[in-house]
Amino acid sequence: MILITDKNILVRIFRFYVEGFRSMTLGRTLWAIILIKLFIMFFILKLFFFPNLLNANFNTDEERAEHVGMELTAPDLINR
Amino acid sequence: MNDLVSVVDWSRAQFALTAMYHWLFVPLTLGLGVIIGIMETIYYRSGDERWKRMTKFWMTLFGINFAIGVATGIILEFQFGTNWSNYSWFVGDIFGAPLAIEGIMAFFMESTFIAIMFFGWNKVSKGMHLAATWLTTLGATISALWILVANAWMQYPAGMKFNPDTVRNEMYSFADVVLSPVAINKFFHTVSAGWVFGAIFVVSISAWYLLKNRERFMAVKSMKIASWVGLVGMVVVAYTGDGSAYQVAEKQPMKLAAMEGVYHGENRQGLVAFGILNPEKKSYTDNVDPFLFEIKIPGLLSVLATRHIDGFVPGINDIIEGGYEVKGADGKKVKVPSAQDRIASGKLAIAALSDYKTAQKAGDKAAMEEAGKRLEKHYPDFGYGYVTDMEQLVPYVPFVFYSFHIMITLAFFFIALFLLILTYISKDKLDKAKWVLWIALLSLPLGYICLESGWVVAEMGRQPWVIQDIMPTFAAISRIQTSAVQTTFWMFAVLFTVLLVAEVGIMLKQIKKGPVQK
Repeated sequence: MILITDKNILVRIFRFYVEGFRSMTLGRTLWAIILIKLFIMFFILKLFFFPNLLNANFNTDEERAEHVGMELTAPDLINR
Repeated sequence: MNDLVSVVDWSRAQFALTAMYHWLFVPLTLGLGVIIGIMETIYYRSGDERWKRMTKFWMTLFGINFAIGVATGIILEFQFGTNWSNYSWFVGDIFGAPLAIEGIMAFFMESTFIAIMFFGWNKVSKGMHLAATWLTTLGATISALWILVANAWMQYPAGMKFNPDTVRNEMYSFADVVLSPVAINKFFHTVSAGWVFGAIFVVSISAWYLLKNRERFMAVKSMKIASWVGLVGMVVVAYTGDGSAYQVAEKQPMKLAAMEGVYHGENRQGLVAFGILNPEKKSYTDNVDPFLFEIKIPGLLSVLATRHIDGFVPGINDIIEGGYEVKGADGKKVKVPSAQDRIASGKLAIAALSDYKTAQKAGDKAAMEEAGKRLEKHYPDFGYGYVTDMEQLVPYVPFVFYSFHIMITLAFFFIALFLLILTYISKDKLDKAKWVLWIALLSLPLGYICLESGWVVAEMGRQPWVIQDIMPTFAAISRIQTSAVQTTFWMFAVLFTVLLVAEVGIMLKQIKKGPVQK
């Protein structure tokens, strides 16, 4: 068993992760999939296709509450 | 109008696609985590290297599943902000708080301990590694808790009060939200279903090894542990499933009626053991017999729903027409109002909200107070105010009915399978019983079908509500173009298919390769 003996806990944690990542085999493929997936999700889907409509269109919570209040009491929604 | 319906349908389809895809991964993480934990515990206690090798093999498959599935649930949160902005605002911190806790817990617990799990062999002590394995599983389970708390609140809104100033439901009791009976039952039912699925996964792959005459020790021991985990899981699934049925009968009677295809309620209502629905039945108002064929167990649905064999279980028509009696919160019998009455009450609630906002703009405090009282009185029916056709209140019965019965049938099949495997293992004849191994191998897709069926029952059965009685889907939606939702729907479909193909491909490669030789 290889026991890490450095006193500094942060260094030990850092080395633990570095050695772990270096020794990966299948893990490299999995990490590649995770990173590609996260890139697609956050930099393509979220950025270009999924804006938070209320945050994008209104500046304050009061304006958002006003908008949703109007939406929920809009005659075309109630009397469809 | 048509565009709104279309946006609602496409947004629902997109949400369903994402949630059902996400739900392919979560149960395996929950179930396989427990099985790996047990295997590693045996290794820790015995020091037998064969158990370590076995643990590492299943841990690799756990890692593949975790890597492909991780963060796929975040896409659901994107959809809240874009497709369901009214809902997203309306639920406020009640939905946001559990999801935020889930995000933090998932990040800190799972990502910390999973690193020790995979990188820590030979670097940390055996005890610490074992603890990390169990804590990874616990972290995943606690993550599931918060998601299920949020979902349970939608099915049974508790611990909140509507604030007309902010147009939000605001939490006044965190305990009521987290410890609602629906949340507790849902949590244990879902997590134990994950254990059962993890067991099916292990049993199925182990059966393949035995059929190939490979890895006998690992395969037999894995099947033994998995079958016991599966059986224990099934006991919890059955107990919490029974509790769920009782709660559904009380809080979402329309869902129960759809699950069982009951249109006309009666005392001593039977449970459909097997049934084929009549496709000619188009509406609750027609007089067409709902079944072409059915075998019922007399009185059993009454027992499950009311705990009395003579209990009355309302059908779809009864729920629409109202007038039957149920036990109220104080234990006294109360008459259930008709859907028409609730729609009238809901319209009064919406009008009261409109009046409140008008009075607020005018600074008329007396009018605000008066409108606020009207709103509070009629708020339990708020969502009914958007209903314009009674048919909107009825979920799509065939989907819910068949999903429910497929789920139940498969649950019984899995119990039989686990018992069969344990019997053959106890006789030391499992590797000779090829037919049992083939059944075990072919059960893997059935496990997925069972899980997804459960999701369909829970989510399709509660339609049209995103929040039971308070908000239907068509009030929760954003005013966006259908084409925008269609575009992202197909993007998700492609992305998910690619990921699924990658998962299956990498898994199969690892399974063929087998455990790492020492």
